Amino acid sequence: MNDVLHPSLLLFLGAAVVPLLRGRLQQAWMLLLPAAVIVAVFSLSQGTAGSMTLFGVDLLLMRIDALSLVFAYIFAIITMIGALFALQVKDSTQHVAALAYAGSALGVVFAGDLITLYVFWELMVFSSVWLIWCRRNPTSMAAGFRYLIVHALGGVVLLAGIILNVLDTGSVAFDKISPESAGFYLILIGFMVNAAVPPLHAWLTDAYPEATVTGAIFLSALTTKTAVYTLMRGFPGTELLVGFGVVMALYGVTYAVLANDMRRLLAYHIVSQVGYMVAGVGMGTIMALNGSAAHAFTHILYKALLFMGAGAVIHMTGRSKLTDLGGLYRYMPATLLLYLIGSLSISAFPLTSGFVSKTMVLEAAALDQRALVWLLLSLVSVGTFISTVLKIPWFAFFGRDSGLKPQEVPWNMLLAMGIAAFLCLYIGVAPGWLYSVMPEPVEYNAYTPGHVLWELQLLLFAGVAFFMLLKFVGGERKITLDTDWLYRWLLPRVVTVAHRVLQRLWGGLLSGLMARLRWLVETVNRHHGPQGILARTWPTGSMVLWVAVMLAASLLVYYF
Amino acid sequence: MDLGRWLQVLVDNSHILRRVMYVLLAGLVVADLIIPSAYDRFPWESWGGFGALYGFAACIVIIAVAKALGYLLVYRGEDYYDE
Repeated sequence: MNDVLHPSLLLFLGAAVVPLLRGRLQQAWMLLLPAAVIVAVFSLSQGTAGSMTLFGVDLLLMRIDALSLVFAYIFAIITMIGALFALQVKDSTQHVAALAYAGSALGVVFAGDLITLYVFWELMVFSSVWLIWCRRNPTSMAAGFRYLIVHALGGVVLLAGIILNVLDTGSVAFDKISPESAGFYLILIGFMVNAAVPPLHAWLTDAYPEATVTGAIFLSALTTKTAVYTLMRGFPGTELLVGFGVVMALYGVTYAVLANDMRRLLAYHIVSQVGYMVAGVGMGTIMALNGSAAHAFTHILYKALLFMGAGAVIHMTGRSKLTDLGGLYRYMPATLLLYLIGSLSISAFPLTSGFVSKTMVLEAAALDQRALVWLLLSLVSVGTFISTVLKIPWFAFFGRDSGLKPQEVPWNMLLAMGIAAFLCLYIGVAPGWLYSVMPEPVEYNAYTPGHVLWELQLLLFAGVAFFMLLKFVGGERKITLDTDWLYRWLLPRVVTVAHRVLQRLWGGLLSGLMARLRWLVETVNRHHGPQGILARTWPTGSMVLWVAVMLAASLLVYYF
Repeated sequence: MDLGRWLQVLVDNSHILRRVMYVLLAGLVVADLIIPSAYDRFPWESWGGFGALYGFAACIVIIAVAKALGYLLVYRGEDYYDE
């Protein structure tokens, strides 16, 4: 099995060629390469490959098993869709960054040891940040740097955890991390930063809305889902994660209600949806883990579709705030309909992909008799529905006419959305294929009358309440503070105050020292200066007198 | 195929759509009351129409809690970080 082609290598080498190509040739390359990656990933069979010993450490570049394949499949598919969506972009930097980012994410998913995982983990950060910077405005530059710093700190925590774990166990292999290991919590925190678990989530909702229209597709798909994969691999059944997952899910929908920027609203829904996956990992049963994996798979498709829909509007109108939009249904009807398919999927509407995956996590909670988890996650479904199915379409596409008359987006963007929408519906109608690639055999049927009736009532009656409260739910020309306030507002001020205090202390110290020095100089001056007693010139006569006295004294001593 | 015009027809007839929705909503609750639930993990799974009530209440709770949080704590002007 050691002659398998690593899909990451394919992507890295392919990315290196991109800057050499121009025009149609580059476009063709941007379609061929992801297609080759899809072929490479789907032709993998389970086993291991690329094992080597480096400086006495046993590395394993490719562990191909059911769990890593689920994520590899969807990463390959979304790379294709994202590349198609970005086909008209003439910025080679973005293309290289996106391909290298996808390659790094695949590298994490296949990594069989913690060292390989860490290397690809960091490569993800350094490749993905360009997708934010490439928007080329001061806001995205600053957001990109914040993104970089948070991930750099998260990476250091992860590395410290890995080192402790290796020292403890004597092995670098990446399997379930033992709770007794000294590195357990540090590795967990490192993974939770990338999974955007509050309060460590603000890098996501800060940076993703500032990314390029096409870069956001890759961002929304890869970083958080590789983190879900690593949590599934390293921390299944960690009870702590159930609580964090539920809080995440609630946190995301609450902030989404307040959001005005479309992509910030959607970014909060990433936090919310990843909450279901994290809770599933925490529950750790076969149903829950299958549910998390299935939900990660469907989530990547519908979330990319949602970001493509919002991105299409931004691409054509240059506006991203709901208060600046409205009445677009006449001009961008195809975008609206495709977006709606994505939004129904994220809300777990029957016949869409979210319904067959999200309800698995709920079913796992029901089987475990976790009533509160079940009720709260159902509540989150309602929040998702009102923000993504009702709020964005109503205020961007219907509602008040903004006077904007944009054209429909280019064909490649529509086709990319169309493929994602087709997959959302296909998985929703025929979930068999999705269930067949899950890590464990799936014994679950989403389409029972109980499930369908519950979900339809839940969502549609939430819609009734939404329209009753319509005048309260629109976007407002405001921003919301989140935990990034700590390092965007508080920290700079703490540093400024500390700088001022230290400056004053230092000044005091210096002037104190100067006073001592001045006193010293004055004392020396007093004694040795021109007027000083020790610097006075003595008359020659007194010298002669003293010499005479000395000579007399020596004479006397000699005589006696 | 002119999707825009087709959507316009739907928008122009939204009063009919709304009535259809009401019938559909009522039908859903009736169906839930009639069809026995196959699940009994939680007591409410056998209460007909509970989903409708829960969804309606959940929507109000989410909006109320979020807006309260916004106005009391986290809403700021758009240039808050720019100074």
